[in-house]
Amino acid sequence: MGLSWMAWTAPTAAFFICIVLAISLMGFLEWRNPGGEPRRGILTLDTTRGDRLFISILGSAFIHLGWLGLMGTPLWGAVIISVVYTYCVFRWV
Amino acid sequence: MNKKISNQKAWWFVAPVIVLVAFNAVIPLMTVVNYSVQETFGNNVFFWEGVKWFETVLNSERFHASLGRQMMFTSIILLIEVPLGVAIALTMPKKGVWVSVCLVFMAMPLLIPWNVVGAMWNIFALPDIGLLGRAINALGIDYNFTSQPLSAWFTTILMDVWHWTSLVVLLAYAGLSSIPDAYYQAAKIDGAKPWAVFRYIQLPKMKRVLTIAILLRFMDSFMIYTEPFVLTGGGPGNTTTFLSIDLVKIALGQFDLGPAAAMSLVYFLIVLLVSWLFYTLMMKDEAQ
Repeated sequence: MGLSWMAWTAPTAAFFICIVLAISLMGFLEWRNPGGEPRRGILTLDTTRGDRLFISILGSAFIHLGWLGLMGTPLWGAVIISVVYTYCVFRWV
Repeated sequence: MNKKISNQKAWWFVAPVIVLVAFNAVIPLMTVVNYSVQETFGNNVFFWEGVKWFETVLNSERFHASLGRQMMFTSIILLIEVPLGVAIALTMPKKGVWVSVCLVFMAMPLLIPWNVVGAMWNIFALPDIGLLGRAINALGIDYNFTSQPLSAWFTTILMDVWHWTSLVVLLAYAGLSSIPDAYYQAAKIDGAKPWAVFRYIQLPKMKRVLTIAILLRFMDSFMIYTEPFVLTGGGPGNTTTFLSIDLVKIALGQFDLGPAAAMSLVYFLIVLLVSWLFYTLMMKDEAQ
């Protein structure tokens, strides 16, 4: 039995590969440069690097949905906002 | 820097769970993501559609309406079940033979399969032959859940409260039983009123289990399908068509797999966000 029932497409495969790479990068960073202890940021939450990755991905998903619902396609604006948002989350949250 | 003992072998114990989760959650979720950007007419033939279905869902009045109904339903049952569950747990006996009797009676509704609960309440609430329906009509109140939206909502909420309050009761009771007697004795010495005992001893000690209870009830009620489907079938009209019922109508009734997949992803993200927010806020208070 092949994987045809999963209906893979190149963009969705790239999307999941990016997620896996992001998680692997986190693991690699933690191995090379341990320091993933919880830290208290501007939201007064104790977050580890993994938490910040989760907040970034979940937030980016909502940024994209919000952009799509309010502005429609193309999504470049949402991508830019998400990148800035992710940077801010990793820097200050 | 303190040197930690490096032994990563324990990770192998997590391996079975990871394999299980991969098969029952990750692979299906990936498939849903793949479906959400394509159109299909069956036979495993797919056409690329990009984010069109997400746009359709986000701007669909039908989705907004069922999301609104779903949020209202979840809020109402949480507002009823959590205080009611805590109140019942407080009145339950602390020791003796009645503890087991109460616990068994409390657990009973939880053991009944969901479709049976729906069928039971359907018959129970029928206005012509059901005990509840006949009784309410005998009181002079015009009640018919098959044709009146308000009656349908009332019955659905009553059914959910009947089915799931026990879960809150059992969890709250577990939290209460873990409070050592010394706390109550100290409160007695200080002359604390029952409300003060509840507010400053019982409630803080129940916080963790109540967090779990609210999370479980939120997720379960947000994904509710079987009971309202059997009870009202989403009707009358669309008045009790909650998100899952609507999703199944789109996916299986209309065979619109793409829009249904996009809708389930939006649905999944909402559940994820609310659960994460709720858990984080509760745990933040705990840490302080």
